Amino acid sequence: MQLTNRAKKLEKKPMTLAERAYLPAIFQGLSITMRHFFMKKATIRYPEETRPFSPIFRGLHVLKRDEQGRERCTACGLCAVACPAEAITMVAGERKKGEENLYREEKYAVSYEINMLRCIFCGLCEEACPKAAIYLQPDKMAPPRYERDEFIYGKDRLVEPVDPDKRSVRGIQLTPEQADALRGKLAGQPA
Amino acid sequence: MIEIPTLGWQAIVIFVVFAVSLLIATYSTYAERVVAAFLQDRVGPDRAGPYGLLQPLADAVKMFTKEEFFPGGASKALFVFGPCLAMLTALMSSAVIPFGNTLTFGNNSFFLQGIEVNIGMLWVFGVVSLGVYGIMIGGWASNNKFSLLGAIRAASQNISYELAMGMSLIAVLMMSGTLSLREITLQQSVPGEWAMWNIVKQPLGFIIFLVCAFAETNRTPFDLPECETELVGGYHTEYSSMKLGLYLFAEYVNIFVASAVMSVLYFGGFNFPFQYELRDWLVSSQDWELASAQNLITVLGTLGLFAKIFAFIFFFMWVRWTLPRFRYDQLMRLGWTILIPLAVFNILLTGGLILFGVIK
Repeated sequence: MQLTNRAKKLEKKPMTLAERAYLPAIFQGLSITMRHFFMKKATIRYPEETRPFSPIFRGLHVLKRDEQGRERCTACGLCAVACPAEAITMVAGERKKGEENLYREEKYAVSYEINMLRCIFCGLCEEACPKAAIYLQPDKMAPPRYERDEFIYGKDRLVEPVDPDKRSVRGIQLTPEQADALRGKLAGQPA
Repeated sequence: MIEIPTLGWQAIVIFVVFAVSLLIATYSTYAERVVAAFLQDRVGPDRAGPYGLLQPLADAVKMFTKEEFFPGGASKALFVFGPCLAMLTALMSSAVIPFGNTLTFGNNSFFLQGIEVNIGMLWVFGVVSLGVYGIMIGGWASNNKFSLLGAIRAASQNISYELAMGMSLIAVLMMSGTLSLREITLQQSVPGEWAMWNIVKQPLGFIIFLVCAFAETNRTPFDLPECETELVGGYHTEYSSMKLGLYLFAEYVNIFVASAVMSVLYFGGFNFPFQYELRDWLVSSQDWELASAQNLITVLGTLGLFAKIFAFIFFFMWVRWTLPRFRYDQLMRLGWTILIPLAVFNILLTGGLILFGVIK
Protein backbone atom coordinates (compact mmCIF):
# COMPACT_ATOMS: atom_id res chain seq x y z
CA MET A 1 0.00 0.00 0.00
CA GLN A 2 1.43 3.31 -0.98
CA LEU A 3 0.63 6.13 1.40
CA THR A 4 2.74 8.89 -0.09
CA ASN A 5 4.71 9.33 -3.26
CA ARG A 6 7.81 10.17 -1.28
CA ALA A 7 8.74 6.55 -0.84
CA LYS A 8 12.09 5.71 -2.39
CA LYS A 9 12.41 2.39 -4.09
CA LEU A 10 15.56 0.71 -2.89
CA GLU A 11 17.24 -2.08 -4.74
CA LYS A 12 20.32 -3.88 -3.67
CA LYS A 13 22.23 -3.84 -6.88
CA PRO A 14 25.93 -4.58 -7.01
CA MET A 15 27.82 -1.30 -6.76
CA THR A 16 29.21 0.27 -9.88
CA LEU A 17 32.89 1.00 -10.20
CA ALA A 18 32.37 4.67 -9.35
CA GLU A 19 30.53 3.70 -6.21
CA ARG A 20 33.16 1.20 -5.21
CA ALA A 21 35.91 3.74 -5.72
CA TYR A 22 34.48 5.83 -2.83
CA LEU A 23 35.93 9.01 -4.24
CA PRO A 24 32.89 10.40 -6.14
CA ALA A 25 30.72 9.94 -3.07
CA ILE A 26 33.41 11.52 -0.92
CA PHE A 27 33.58 14.56 -3.19
CA GLN A 28 29.81 14.84 -3.10
CA GLY A 29 29.92 14.81 0.67
CA LEU A 30 32.71 17.37 0.72
CA SER A 31 30.73 19.69 -1.53
CA ILE A 32 27.73 19.41 0.77
CA THR A 33 29.74 20.33 3.85
CA MET A 34 31.46 23.13 1.95
CA ARG A 35 28.07 24.61 1.12
CA HIS A 36 27.25 24.53 4.79
CA PHE A 37 30.51 26.34 5.53
CA PHE A 38 29.17 29.43 3.81
CA MET A 39 25.58 29.13 4.99
CA LYS A 40 24.04 31.53 7.45
CA LYS A 41 24.51 30.18 10.96
CA ALA A 42 21.47 29.27 12.99
CA THR A 43 23.18 30.25 16.23
CA ILE A 44 21.76 33.02 18.40
CA ARG A 45 24.57 34.45 20.56
CA TYR A 46 22.49 34.38 23.68
CA PRO A 47 23.59 37.04 26.12
CA GLU A 48 24.02 39.61 23.37
CA GLU A 49 21.16 38.50 21.16
CA THR A 50 17.89 37.12 22.36
CA ARG A 51 15.37 35.15 20.44
CA PRO A 52 12.22 37.20 19.77
CA PHE A 53 9.23 35.94 21.70
CA SER A 54 6.17 34.73 19.91
CA PRO A 55 3.36 37.29 20.09
CA ILE A 56 1.24 34.79 21.99
CA PHE A 57 3.99 33.78 24.39
CA ARG A 58 2.76 33.32 27.97
CA GLY A 59 5.43 34.26 30.45
CA LEU A 60 5.64 35.44 34.02
CA HIS A 61 2.38 36.48 35.66
CA VAL A 62 1.60 40.02 36.70
CA LEU A 63 -1.23 41.36 38.83
CA LYS A 64 -2.36 44.53 37.14
CA ARG A 65 -3.42 47.78 38.66
CA ASP A 66 -6.08 49.98 37.19
CA GLU A 67 -5.51 53.39 35.68
CA GLN A 68 -5.56 54.98 39.13
CA GLY A 69 -2.98 52.61 40.51
CA ARG A 70 -5.40 50.45 42.50
CA GLU A 71 -5.11 46.71 42.55
CA ARG A 72 -7.67 45.18 40.27
CA CYS A 73 -7.80 41.77 41.96
CA THR A 74 -10.83 41.14 44.14
CA ALA A 75 -9.71 37.72 45.34
CA CYS A 76 -12.72 36.03 43.79
CA GLY A 77 -10.71 32.84 43.41
CA LEU A 78 -11.81 32.08 39.86
CA CYS A 79 -8.20 31.92 38.72
CA ALA A 80 -7.39 29.39 41.43
CA VAL A 81 -10.39 27.34 40.39
CA ALA A 82 -9.44 27.53 36.74
CA CYS A 83 -5.84 26.60 37.41
CA PRO A 84 -5.33 22.97 36.31
CA ALA A 85 -2.06 22.74 38.19
CA GLU A 86 -3.47 24.22 41.40
CA ALA A 87 -0.62 26.65 41.59
CA ILE A 88 -2.58 29.66 42.82
CA THR A 89 -3.57 30.25 46.41
CA MET A 90 -4.99 33.40 47.91
CA VAL A 91 -6.45 34.80 51.08
CA ALA A 92 -9.22 37.35 50.69
CA GLY A 93 -9.68 40.33 52.95
CA GLU A 94 -12.04 43.29 53.29
CA ARG A 95 -10.96 46.75 52.28
CA LYS A 96 -10.87 49.15 55.22
CA LYS A 97 -11.82 52.75 55.20
CA GLY A 98 -9.09 54.91 53.75
CA GLU A 99 -7.77 52.14 51.53
CA GLU A 100 -9.94 53.10 48.57
CA ASN A 101 -6.93 54.30 46.68
CA LEU A 102 -5.23 50.94 47.13
CA TYR A 103 -7.86 48.42 46.14
CA ARG A 104 -10.47 48.80 43.48
CA GLU A 105 -13.24 46.74 45.10
CA GLU A 106 -14.37 46.14 48.65
CA LYS A 107 -12.73 42.75 48.66
CA TYR A 108 -9.09 42.29 47.89
CA ALA A 109 -6.34 39.70 48.11
CA VAL A 110 -4.44 39.91 51.37
CA SER A 111 -2.03 37.37 50.02
CA TYR A 112 -1.78 36.00 46.53
CA GLU A 113 0.75 33.30 45.75
CA ILE A 114 1.62 31.45 42.59
CA ASN A 115 3.87 28.43 42.81
CA MET A 116 5.97 28.68 39.66
CA LEU A 117 7.13 25.10 40.08
CA ARG A 118 3.55 23.95 39.58
CA CYS A 119 2.45 26.55 37.08
CA ILE A 120 2.26 25.30 33.51
CA PHE A 121 1.73 28.75 32.00
CA CYS A 122 -1.48 27.63 30.34
CA GLY A 123 -3.09 31.05 30.69
CA LEU A 124 -6.41 29.75 32.03
CA CYS A 125 -6.15 32.09 35.04
CA GLU A 126 -5.89 35.00 32.66
CA GLU A 127 -9.00 33.81 30.82
CA ALA A 128 -10.91 33.15 34.03
CA CYS A 129 -10.27 36.53 35.61
CA PRO A 130 -13.40 38.71 35.44
CA LYS A 131 -11.53 41.83 36.56
CA ALA A 132 -8.71 41.65 34.03
CA ALA A 133 -6.33 41.56 36.97
CA ILE A 134 -3.95 38.72 36.13
CA TYR A 135 -1.94 38.57 32.96
CA LEU A 136 0.85 36.40 31.62
CA GLN A 137 3.39 38.80 30.26
CA PRO A 138 4.30 38.14 26.63
CA ASP A 139 7.93 39.24 27.01
CA LYS A 140 9.18 38.02 30.35
CA MET A 141 10.02 34.51 31.50
CA ALA A 142 9.97 33.22 35.04
CA PRO A 143 13.66 33.46 35.92
CA PRO A 144 15.63 30.47 37.18
CA ARG A 145 16.26 30.24 40.94
CA TYR A 146 18.39 28.13 43.20
CA GLU A 147 15.96 27.49 46.06
CA ARG A 148 12.53 25.93 45.86
CA ASP A 149 10.88 28.50 48.11
CA GLU A 150 12.03 31.25 45.79
CA PHE A 151 9.61 29.93 43.21
CA ILE A 152 6.59 30.85 45.28
CA TYR A 153 5.78 34.28 44.03
CA GLY A 154 3.87 36.45 46.47
CA LYS A 155 2.22 39.78 45.95
CA ASP A 156 5.54 41.52 46.37
CA ARG A 157 6.71 40.08 43.10
CA LEU A 158 3.43 39.73 41.26
CA VAL A 159 1.71 43.07 41.67
CA GLU A 160 2.61 45.66 39.14
CA PRO A 161 4.78 48.31 40.80
CA VAL A 162 3.28 51.69 41.35
CA ASP A 163 6.24 53.64 40.07
CA PRO A 164 5.69 53.98 36.32
CA ASP A 165 9.37 53.61 35.59
CA LYS A 166 9.66 50.40 37.57
CA ARG A 167 6.84 48.96 35.53
CA SER A 168 9.03 48.91 32.48
CA VAL A 169 11.75 47.21 34.49
CA ARG A 170 9.30 44.45 35.27
CA GLY A 171 8.62 44.05 31.60
CA ILE A 172 5.32 45.89 31.43
CA GLN A 173 6.04 48.26 28.66
CA LEU A 174 4.30 51.59 28.95
CA THR A 175 4.76 54.19 26.28
CA PRO A 176 6.29 57.42 27.62
CA GLU A 177 2.93 59.17 27.27
CA GLN A 178 1.18 56.46 29.26
CA ALA A 179 3.88 56.59 31.92
CA ASP A 180 3.57 60.37 32.20
CA ALA A 181 -0.21 60.21 32.39
CA LEU A 182 0.01 57.59 35.09
CA ARG A 183 2.59 59.62 37.00
CA GLY A 184 0.22 62.58 36.91
CA LYS A 185 -2.65 60.50 38.22
CA LEU A 186 -0.55 58.98 40.96
CA ALA A 187 0.83 62.32 42.07
CA GLY A 188 -0.22 63.04 45.63
CA GLN A 189 -1.53 59.53 46.23
CA PRO A 190 0.30 57.32 48.73
CA ALA A 191 1.66 54.18 47.14
CA MET B 1 78.38 42.44 7.26
CA ILE B 2 78.51 40.17 10.27
CA GLU B 3 79.70 36.73 9.48
CA ILE B 4 77.06 34.27 10.58
CA PRO B 5 78.44 30.77 10.87
CA THR B 6 76.40 28.27 8.92
CA LEU B 7 75.59 26.24 12.00
CA GLY B 8 74.34 29.36 13.79
CA TRP B 9 72.06 30.17 10.91
CA GLN B 10 70.77 26.64 10.85
CA ALA B 11 70.15 26.75 14.59
CA ILE B 12 68.04 29.86 14.09
CA VAL B 13 66.15 28.21 11.27
CA ILE B 14 65.52 25.11 13.35
CA PHE B 15 64.27 27.21 16.25
CA VAL B 16 61.99 29.14 13.94
CA VAL B 17 60.72 25.95 12.32
CA PHE B 18 59.95 24.46 15.74
CA ALA B 19 58.24 27.63 16.89
CA VAL B 20 56.22 27.88 13.71
CA SER B 21 55.23 24.20 13.84
CA LEU B 22 54.09 24.56 17.44
CA LEU B 23 52.26 27.81 16.76
CA ILE B 24 50.47 26.36 13.75
CA ALA B 25 49.60 23.23 15.71
CA THR B 26 48.26 25.40 18.53
CA TYR B 27 46.04 27.34 16.24
CA SER B 28 45.06 24.18 14.38
CA THR B 29 43.22 23.14 17.52
CA TYR B 30 41.34 26.42 17.38
CA ALA B 31 40.86 26.22 13.61
CA GLU B 32 39.56 22.68 13.91
CA ARG B 33 36.80 23.81 16.20
CA VAL B 34 35.94 26.82 14.07
CA VAL B 35 35.93 24.76 10.88
CA ALA B 36 33.86 22.06 12.55
CA ALA B 37 31.40 24.65 13.73
CA PHE B 38 31.14 26.34 10.35
CA LEU B 39 30.65 23.06 8.52
CA GLN B 40 27.86 22.24 10.96
CA ASP B 41 26.16 25.66 10.82
CA ARG B 42 27.43 26.68 14.22
CA VAL B 43 29.65 29.55 15.31
CA GLY B 44 32.42 27.84 17.29
CA PRO B 45 34.55 29.27 20.08
CA ASP B 46 34.17 33.04 20.16
CA ARG B 47 34.28 33.93 23.85
CA ALA B 48 37.98 33.90 24.74
CA GLY B 49 39.44 37.03 23.22
CA PRO B 50 38.40 38.55 19.90
CA TYR B 51 36.81 35.82 17.76
CA GLY B 52 37.89 33.34 20.44
CA LEU B 53 41.52 33.68 19.40
CA LEU B 54 42.74 33.10 22.96
CA GLN B 55 40.96 29.76 23.08
CA PRO B 56 44.20 27.73 22.74
CA LEU B 57 45.53 29.58 25.80
CA ALA B 58 42.43 28.69 27.77
CA ASP B 59 42.78 25.09 26.64
CA ALA B 60 46.42 25.03 27.71
CA VAL B 61 45.55 26.39 31.15
CA LYS B 62 42.90 23.73 31.49
CA MET B 63 45.28 20.98 30.37
CA PHE B 64 48.04 22.04 32.74
CA THR B 65 45.81 22.39 35.78
CA LYS B 66 44.02 19.06 35.42
CA GLU B 67 44.85 16.16 37.66
CA GLU B 68 47.78 13.97 36.70
CA PHE B 69 46.53 10.44 36.79
CA PHE B 70 48.56 7.25 36.68
CA PRO B 71 46.56 4.05 36.34
CA GLY B 72 47.31 1.28 38.80
CA GLY B 73 49.73 -1.29 37.46
CA ALA B 74 50.94 1.03 34.74
CA SER B 75 54.58 1.22 33.85
CA LYS B 76 55.16 4.76 35.01
CA ALA B 77 58.27 5.52 33.01
CA LEU B 78 56.81 4.24 29.76
CA PHE B 79 53.53 5.95 30.55
CA VAL B 80 55.31 9.31 30.59
CA PHE B 81 57.61 8.37 27.73
CA GLY B 82 54.75 7.63 25.30
CA PRO B 83 53.42 11.15 24.78
CA CYS B 84 56.96 12.55 24.81
CA LEU B 85 57.95 10.22 22.00
CA ALA B 86 54.82 11.05 20.01
CA MET B 87 55.57 14.76 20.30
CA LEU B 88 59.29 14.34 19.64
CA THR B 89 58.88 12.38 16.43
CA ALA B 90 56.17 14.74 15.22
CA LEU B 91 58.48 17.71 15.62
CA MET B 92 61.62 16.03 14.30
CA SER B 93 60.27 15.39 10.85
CA SER B 94 59.81 19.09 10.17
CA ALA B 95 63.60 19.59 10.18
CA VAL B 96 64.18 18.55 6.58
CA ILE B 97 61.28 20.35 4.95
CA PRO B 98 62.45 23.18 2.72
CA PHE B 99 60.33 26.12 3.77
CA GLY B 100 61.90 28.44 1.27
CA ASN B 101 64.53 28.91 -1.36
CA THR B 102 67.83 30.69 -0.79
CA LEU B 103 68.21 34.01 0.99
CA THR B 104 71.31 35.95 -0.05
CA PHE B 105 72.99 38.60 2.07
CA GLY B 106 76.22 39.83 0.56
CA ASN B 107 78.33 36.77 -0.10
CA ASN B 108 76.39 34.51 2.23
CA SER B 109 73.40 32.56 1.12
CA PHE B 110 71.19 30.52 3.38
CA PHE B 111 68.68 27.79 2.87
CA LEU B 112 65.37 28.29 4.61
CA GLN B 113 65.50 24.72 5.79
CA GLY B 114 66.51 23.09 9.05
CA ILE B 115 68.90 20.53 7.63
CA GLU B 116 69.61 20.09 3.95
CA VAL B 117 70.33 16.40 3.55
CA ASN B 118 70.17 14.29 0.46
CA ILE B 119 68.05 11.69 2.26
CA GLY B 120 65.31 14.11 3.31
CA MET B 121 62.47 11.91 2.26
CA LEU B 122 63.93 8.87 4.00
CA TRP B 123 64.32 10.95 7.14
CA VAL B 124 60.66 11.94 7.08
CA PHE B 125 59.57 8.36 6.56
CA GLY B 126 61.89 7.02 9.21
CA VAL B 127 60.76 9.50 11.81
CA VAL B 128 57.09 9.18 10.92
CA SER B 129 57.25 5.42 11.26
CA LEU B 130 58.87 5.88 14.67
CA GLY B 131 55.86 7.98 15.60
CA VAL B 132 53.72 4.89 16.02
CA TYR B 133 55.93 3.89 18.97
CA GLY B 134 54.55 6.84 20.91
CA ILE B 135 51.03 5.54 20.52
CA MET B 136 52.08 1.92 20.95
CA ILE B 137 54.00 2.55 24.17
CA GLY B 138 51.25 4.78 25.51
CA GLY B 139 48.62 2.14 24.89
CA TRP B 140 50.77 -0.62 26.34
CA ALA B 141 51.86 1.29 29.44
CA SER B 142 48.28 2.23 30.32
CA ASN B 143 47.59 -1.34 31.51
CA ASN B 144 44.17 -1.11 29.92
CA LYS B 145 42.78 -3.56 27.38
CA PHE B 146 40.99 -0.89 25.40
CA SER B 147 44.08 1.28 25.20
CA LEU B 148 46.09 -1.72 24.08
CA LEU B 149 43.53 -2.53 21.39
CA GLY B 150 43.67 1.05 20.18
CA ALA B 151 47.44 0.98 20.13
CA ILE B 152 47.48 -2.28 18.18
CA ARG B 153 45.06 -0.85 15.69
CA ALA B 154 47.26 2.20 15.31
CA ALA B 155 50.32 0.08 14.77
CA SER B 156 48.81 -2.24 12.18
CA GLN B 157 47.12 0.65 10.41
CA ASN B 158 50.29 2.70 10.22
CA ILE B 159 52.35 -0.24 8.97
CA SER B 160 49.76 -1.09 6.31
CA TYR B 161 49.44 2.42 5.01
CA GLU B 162 53.12 3.20 5.19
CA LEU B 163 53.65 0.54 2.51
CA ALA B 164 51.27 2.14 0.05
CA MET B 165 52.58 5.58 0.95
CA GLY B 166 56.17 4.60 0.32
CA MET B 167 55.30 2.98 -2.99
CA SER B 168 53.30 5.96 -4.19
CA LEU B 169 56.35 8.02 -3.37
CA ILE B 170 58.66 5.78 -5.34
CA ALA B 171 56.97 6.96 -8.52
CA VAL B 172 57.92 10.53 -7.61
CA LEU B 173 61.46 9.46 -6.82
CA MET B 174 61.70 7.68 -10.18
CA MET B 175 61.05 11.00 -11.87
CA SER B 176 63.20 13.16 -9.62
CA GLY B 177 66.09 10.76 -9.11
CA THR B 178 66.80 12.18 -5.67
CA LEU B 179 65.56 11.88 -2.09
CA SER B 180 66.40 15.45 -1.19
CA LEU B 181 63.21 17.41 -0.64
CA ARG B 182 64.95 20.57 -1.73
CA GLU B 183 66.01 19.00 -5.01
CA ILE B 184 62.52 17.67 -5.63
CA THR B 185 61.13 21.16 -5.06
CA LEU B 186 63.64 22.81 -7.37
CA GLN B 187 62.92 20.29 -10.11
CA GLN B 188 59.32 21.43 -10.08
CA SER B 189 60.31 24.97 -10.98
CA VAL B 190 61.18 24.85 -14.66
CA PRO B 191 61.27 28.49 -15.85
CA GLY B 192 58.24 29.22 -18.01
CA GLU B 193 56.58 25.92 -17.16
CA TRP B 194 55.06 26.59 -13.80
CA ALA B 195 52.26 24.09 -14.36
CA MET B 196 54.71 21.19 -14.19
CA TRP B 197 54.24 20.45 -10.54
CA ASN B 198 54.29 16.79 -9.65
CA ILE B 199 50.53 16.70 -9.12
CA VAL B 200 50.15 17.02 -12.90
CA LYS B 201 52.48 14.10 -13.54
CA GLN B 202 51.40 11.99 -10.59
CA PRO B 203 47.67 12.46 -9.94
CA LEU B 204 47.13 8.83 -8.95
CA GLY B 205 50.21 8.80 -6.77
CA PHE B 206 49.02 11.95 -5.06
CA ILE B 207 45.62 10.48 -4.23
CA ILE B 208 47.25 7.38 -2.77
CA PHE B 209 49.68 9.54 -0.81
CA LEU B 210 46.85 11.74 0.44
CA VAL B 211 44.78 8.79 1.65
CA CYS B 212 47.81 7.28 3.35
CA ALA B 213 48.67 10.62 4.94
CA PHE B 214 45.23 10.63 6.52
CA ALA B 215 45.85 7.14 7.85
CA GLU B 216 49.35 7.99 9.07
CA THR B 217 48.18 11.01 11.02
CA ASN B 218 45.28 8.97 12.47
CA ARG B 219 42.74 11.42 11.14
CA THR B 220 39.16 10.66 10.26
CA PRO B 221 38.12 8.57 8.35
CA PHE B 222 41.12 6.54 9.56
CA ASP B 223 41.06 7.45 13.25
CA LEU B 224 40.49 3.89 14.37
CA PRO B 225 43.03 4.09 17.25
CA GLU B 226 40.69 6.43 19.11
CA CYS B 227 37.30 5.02 18.25
CA GLU B 228 35.33 5.98 21.33
CA THR B 229 32.30 3.86 20.44
CA GLU B 230 34.38 0.70 20.50
CA LEU B 231 37.44 1.49 22.60
CA VAL B 232 36.20 3.92 25.26
CA GLY B 233 38.82 6.46 24.24
CA GLY B 234 41.40 4.44 22.36
CA TYR B 235 45.11 4.47 23.07
CA HIS B 236 44.83 7.58 25.24
CA THR B 237 41.94 6.39 27.43
CA GLU B 238 44.03 6.49 30.60
CA TYR B 239 45.77 9.75 29.84
CA SER B 240 44.90 12.97 31.55
CA SER B 241 46.10 16.56 31.75
CA MET B 242 49.02 17.62 29.58
CA LYS B 243 50.05 14.06 28.70
CA LEU B 244 46.79 13.73 26.84
CA GLY B 245 47.39 17.23 25.55
CA LEU B 246 50.72 16.18 24.07
CA TYR B 247 49.09 13.27 22.24
CA LEU B 248 46.39 15.48 20.77
CA PHE B 249 48.93 18.16 20.02
CA ALA B 250 51.29 15.72 18.31
CA GLU B 251 48.43 14.85 15.97
CA TYR B 252 48.21 18.47 14.88
CA VAL B 253 51.96 18.74 14.43
CA ASN B 254 51.75 15.59 12.32
CA ILE B 255 49.03 17.15 10.22
CA PHE B 256 51.21 20.20 9.70
CA VAL B 257 54.17 18.06 8.67
CA ALA B 258 52.06 15.86 6.40
CA SER B 259 50.60 18.96 4.74
CA ALA B 260 54.08 20.39 4.30
CA VAL B 261 55.39 17.15 2.78
CA MET B 262 52.47 16.95 0.38
CA SER B 263 52.90 20.57 -0.64
CA VAL B 264 56.59 20.00 -1.26
CA LEU B 265 56.29 16.69 -3.07
CA TYR B 266 53.28 17.34 -5.25
CA PHE B 267 52.45 21.05 -5.22
CA GLY B 268 55.77 22.60 -6.02
CA GLY B 269 56.84 23.53 -2.50
CA PHE B 270 57.99 27.11 -2.40
CA ASN B 271 57.53 27.61 -6.13
CA PHE B 272 54.68 29.74 -7.31
CA PRO B 273 53.41 30.61 -10.78
CA PHE B 274 55.28 33.29 -12.74
CA GLN B 275 58.09 33.58 -10.18
CA TYR B 276 60.80 33.85 -12.84
CA GLU B 277 58.80 36.36 -14.85
CA LEU B 278 58.37 38.43 -11.68
CA ARG B 279 62.08 38.27 -10.92
CA ASP B 280 63.11 39.22 -14.44
CA TRP B 281 60.60 42.04 -14.49
CA LEU B 282 61.93 43.41 -11.20
CA VAL B 283 65.50 43.20 -12.41
CA SER B 284 64.99 44.63 -15.87
CA SER B 285 62.30 47.29 -15.52
CA GLN B 286 62.50 48.21 -11.81
CA ASP B 287 66.32 48.19 -11.59
CA TRP B 288 66.45 45.78 -8.68
CA GLU B 289 69.59 43.86 -7.93
CA LEU B 290 69.32 40.22 -8.83
CA ALA B 291 70.01 39.13 -5.24
CA SER B 292 67.30 41.28 -3.66
CA ALA B 293 64.81 40.29 -6.36
CA GLN B 294 65.65 36.67 -5.61
CA ASN B 295 65.22 37.31 -1.89
CA LEU B 296 61.77 38.76 -2.50
CA ILE B 297 60.89 35.71 -4.57
CA THR B 298 62.11 33.50 -1.72
CA VAL B 299 59.98 35.28 0.86
CA LEU B 300 56.94 35.17 -1.41
CA GLY B 301 57.64 31.52 -2.08
CA THR B 302 57.72 30.77 1.65
CA LEU B 303 54.41 32.53 2.08
CA GLY B 304 53.07 30.55 -0.86
CA LEU B 305 54.21 27.30 0.70
CA PHE B 306 52.44 28.20 3.92
CA ALA B 307 49.31 29.02 1.95
CA LYS B 308 49.47 25.53 0.44
CA ILE B 309 50.07 24.01 3.87
CA PHE B 310 47.11 25.86 5.35
CA ALA B 311 44.95 24.73 2.46
CA PHE B 312 45.93 21.13 3.21
CA ILE B 313 45.31 21.56 6.93
CA PHE B 314 41.89 22.92 6.10
CA PHE B 315 41.32 19.94 3.83
CA PHE B 316 42.22 17.58 6.67
CA MET B 317 39.60 19.25 8.84
CA TRP B 318 37.06 19.47 6.06
CA VAL B 319 37.31 15.72 5.51
CA ARG B 320 37.18 15.01 9.22
CA TRP B 321 33.84 16.77 9.60
CA THR B 322 32.40 15.20 6.46
CA LEU B 323 33.22 11.52 6.50
CA PRO B 324 32.39 8.88 9.05
CA ARG B 325 34.99 6.46 10.33
CA PHE B 326 35.83 3.27 8.43
CA ARG B 327 35.17 -0.10 9.91
CA TYR B 328 38.44 -1.77 10.78
CA ASP B 329 38.19 -4.57 8.23
CA GLN B 330 37.23 -2.04 5.56
CA LEU B 331 40.26 -0.02 6.50
CA MET B 332 42.55 -3.01 6.14
CA ARG B 333 40.94 -4.09 2.89
CA LEU B 334 41.33 -0.62 1.45
CA GLY B 335 44.98 -0.50 2.42
CA TRP B 336 46.08 -3.95 1.31
CA THR B 337 43.85 -4.85 -1.60
CA ILE B 338 43.31 -1.44 -3.20
CA LEU B 339 45.95 1.11 -2.32
CA ILE B 340 49.02 -1.13 -2.49
CA PRO B 341 48.11 -2.66 -5.90
CA LEU B 342 47.23 0.81 -7.15
CA ALA B 343 50.58 2.10 -5.96
CA VAL B 344 52.37 -0.76 -7.72
CA PHE B 345 50.38 -0.01 -10.85
CA ASN B 346 51.36 3.63 -10.54
CA ILE B 347 55.02 2.66 -10.33
CA LEU B 348 54.70 0.52 -13.48
CA LEU B 349 52.81 3.27 -15.27
CA THR B 350 55.38 5.89 -14.32
CA GLY B 351 58.19 3.59 -15.35
CA GLY B 352 56.55 3.00 -18.72
CA LEU B 353 55.96 6.70 -19.28
CA ILE B 354 59.55 7.50 -18.38
CA LEU B 355 60.78 4.69 -20.62
CA PHE B 356 58.85 6.02 -23.60
CA GLY B 357 59.84 9.58 -22.81
CA VAL B 358 56.35 10.94 -22.13
CA ILE B 359 57.40 12.43 -18.80
CA LYS B 360 60.77 13.20 -17.47
